[in-house]
Amino acid sequence: MTTTTDPVTRPARDVEAVRLVVASVRHRNRRRLVVTLAVGAALGLAFALIAISSGAASVSPDRVLATLFGQGDRTEQLVVFKLRLPRILAAVFVGAAFGLAGAVFQAVLRNPLASPDILGVSTGASLGAVWAILGLGLAGVVVSGFALAGALLVALIIWAAAWRQGLHGIRFVLVGVGLAYVCGSLIAWLLARAEVRQAQAALLWTVGSVSDVRGDALTMLIIGVVIGCLLTAVFAHGLPVLALGDDHAASLGVRTDVRRGILLLVAVLLIAIATSVAGPVAFVALIAPAIARRLVDDGSAALTASVMTGAVLTLGADVIGQFALPEFTAPVGIVTGLIGAPYMLWLLARTERKSRA
Amino acid sequence: MTAAPAPVPPSSGSEPTTARVGSTAPVPTAPGGLAAEGVSLGYDGRRVIDGLDLVIPSGRITAIVGPNACGKSTLLRGFARLHQLEGGRVTLDGRDVSAMPRRELARRVGMLPQSSIAPDGVRVAELVGRGRYPHQGWFGRHSSDDDRFVAEALAATGIADLAERRLEELSGGQRQRVWIAMVLAQQTDIVLLDEPTTYLDVTHQLELLDLLTELNRERGTTVVMVLHELNLAARYADHLVVMSAGSIIAEGGPADILTPETVLRAFALEASVIPDPVAGSPMIVPVGRFHTAGLGGGASRES
Repeated sequence: MTTTTDPVTRPARDVEAVRLVVASVRHRNRRRLVVTLAVGAALGLAFALIAISSGAASVSPDRVLATLFGQGDRTEQLVVFKLRLPRILAAVFVGAAFGLAGAVFQAVLRNPLASPDILGVSTGASLGAVWAILGLGLAGVVVSGFALAGALLVALIIWAAAWRQGLHGIRFVLVGVGLAYVCGSLIAWLLARAEVRQAQAALLWTVGSVSDVRGDALTMLIIGVVIGCLLTAVFAHGLPVLALGDDHAASLGVRTDVRRGILLLVAVLLIAIATSVAGPVAFVALIAPAIARRLVDDGSAALTASVMTGAVLTLGADVIGQFALPEFTAPVGIVTGLIGAPYMLWLLARTERKSRA
Repeated sequence: MTAAPAPVPPSSGSEPTTARVGSTAPVPTAPGGLAAEGVSLGYDGRRVIDGLDLVIPSGRITAIVGPNACGKSTLLRGFARLHQLEGGRVTLDGRDVSAMPRRELARRVGMLPQSSIAPDGVRVAELVGRGRYPHQGWFGRHSSDDDRFVAEALAATGIADLAERRLEELSGGQRQRVWIAMVLAQQTDIVLLDEPTTYLDVTHQLELLDLLTELNRERGTTVVMVLHELNLAARYADHLVVMSAGSIIAEGGPADILTPETVLRAFALEASVIPDPVAGSPMIVPVGRFHTAGLGGGASRES
C-alpha cells in the first residue's frame, strides 16, 4: 500500500484499466499458444513430407499429393498408403500419447522429472512384452497385450505403495524410480538367458520403434490416443488449480485425490497403449512437455502443446533415424534417447542452478 | 471450556477497557456464518482437537492464537474442509459443510493455506485468475466478469501494477499479496488465512493486516486468521480465540480476555499486559529470565 489512495474504494475507472491489462495478459498467452501450435503443425507437416517422399522408392512431393488425392499409380499407392503413411501416423500418435501423458504426470505430481519412462511405467510395458516373447514363447498381437498389462501392473504397484492417506507426489516418484530399475533388471535377466535369435526380437521391445505398426495395431493406437486425449481434456480443467498445491486446490473446490487419480489413470492408459504397439520410445514423455512448457511459457501444464511437441519430436526423430545417415538406420527410440539424454542433463543442471540462486 | 472473562488486567496501570469501546462490545453471533460443533480433529489416530465448539462472528475479524502445536492451524483447516473431521461437524449458515459440494463451499469460503506452490513462469494476472475456478464452468472459460474480479482483487491488494510481471520476479511481500489477491478473486464472504504474516517483515505484516481490516470494513468480509504475533492479533482482531492443547481457553474481545493469566495458561509464559500506546488494545510484554530490571527485582530473576 504505497499509494495514498484507498485501494478498496478505488474509482471504477482504475479497475477498468486493470481489467484491460488482465485481459491482455490472457490474450497474449492465448496468442502464444496458437502460434506455437501452428509452427509445430507446420514443422510436423514438413517432417511428414520428407518421410513420405524419401526412401528406397522415392516419390516426389507433387506425386505424393496426387497419390493422396487418389491419382497415383499402383506402386505409388502401395508405397504411400501401405508403407509410409502408417509409419508416419504411428510416430505422430505414439508421440502425442507420450507427450500428453508426460505432461499430465509432471503436472499432477508437480515434478518436472516425473515421466512415465523414468517411473517405470514404460519399462513395465517392455518387461511384459519381453516376458511374453522369451518366457512364454508368444508372438504377434498377444505381445502387445502383455505390454499393456505390464504398464498397468507397474502403475498399480506404484499407486499402492505410494498411497498413504492421499497420493504424495514425491513418494510416487521414488517408488516409480525404484520399480523402473527392478523392471530393467528383469528384462536384462530374461535377455541374458535367451537364445540369440529370440533375444533379437525381444530386444526391439526395449528400444521403441514405429517401423512395423500398421493395420489393427495402428487403428487401436489411433482410437486409444484420441479417447485418451478427450478424457484428459474433460478432466484437465482442474490442473491449473491443482498445480498450486493440494490445499489451494481443495479450497478452490477440487476433489484433489479423485481428480489426480483420474488424470494419472488416463495418462497411464495412454502410455500403455502407445508402448504396447511401439515399445518405450525413450525420453519423449520427459522432454516433450518440458519443451512445450518453455514454448508456451505461461505457467500452465501446456497439455495441448505437449501433444504437438511429442508428435513432432517423435516423427522428427524417426525421420532422422531413417534418413540422416546413408546406410544407417536406427529405430526412433535410439534417436530420441540420443537427443533426450543430453537434454535431461541440461535440465538437471538448470534446475540445480535455479534452486541455488 | 471457555474461561470466564477475567477482571481488568491487574498489572496494567491504566484502564484499557474504557479506552476501547468498540471492540469490547459483545460480538453478535448471528445464525449465519461458520461454526464448529463438537469438532474433533487429528493426525493418524492422534487426537489434536477433541469436541471443540466455536462460532465465528460474521462480518468480524477473528484471530486464533496459541502456542505451537496447539491445534490452531488444524482447526482452521477443519473449517476449510482441508482436514477430515474425526467427529462433530462444521456448519455454514447452519448447513453441514461436509454435505456441500466442494465447489459450492469454495464460492462461500476462501482459504489462504500456509504453503503455496507457484508454477514456473506464471504471471500475476494469470495466477490470480485461478481464484475464479469455483465460479467457472466445466471447461473453465474465462469471462470478462472474471477479468473484472481479478482486476478488483489486484487493485484491492495494491498490486495492479504487477499484473503482467512473473511471480518469481517479485519480493516475498509482493508474492503474499498475489496469493491473497487470488483468494479475494474467489469472491467469498468468508476468508480464512493460516499465518498470513509468516516470512513478512514488520512493515509488510502491518500492511497486510491493514489490508484485511480494510476488506472487512469496506466489504463486510468475515476474516478468520491464525496468527503468531500476539500483539498484532490483539490489535487487529475484533474477536480473539486463545487456544492451548487443542482447547479454547479464552475467547472474546481482546481487551476482555487477554490477561496475564490467559497468557500464562496458554503459553506458560509470565507476562505483563499493558495498553498498546498506539491502539489502546492490550499489549503483551513477556517476562523472561533475564533483562527484567523494570520489575524492580534486579538484573536477573534466576534466584
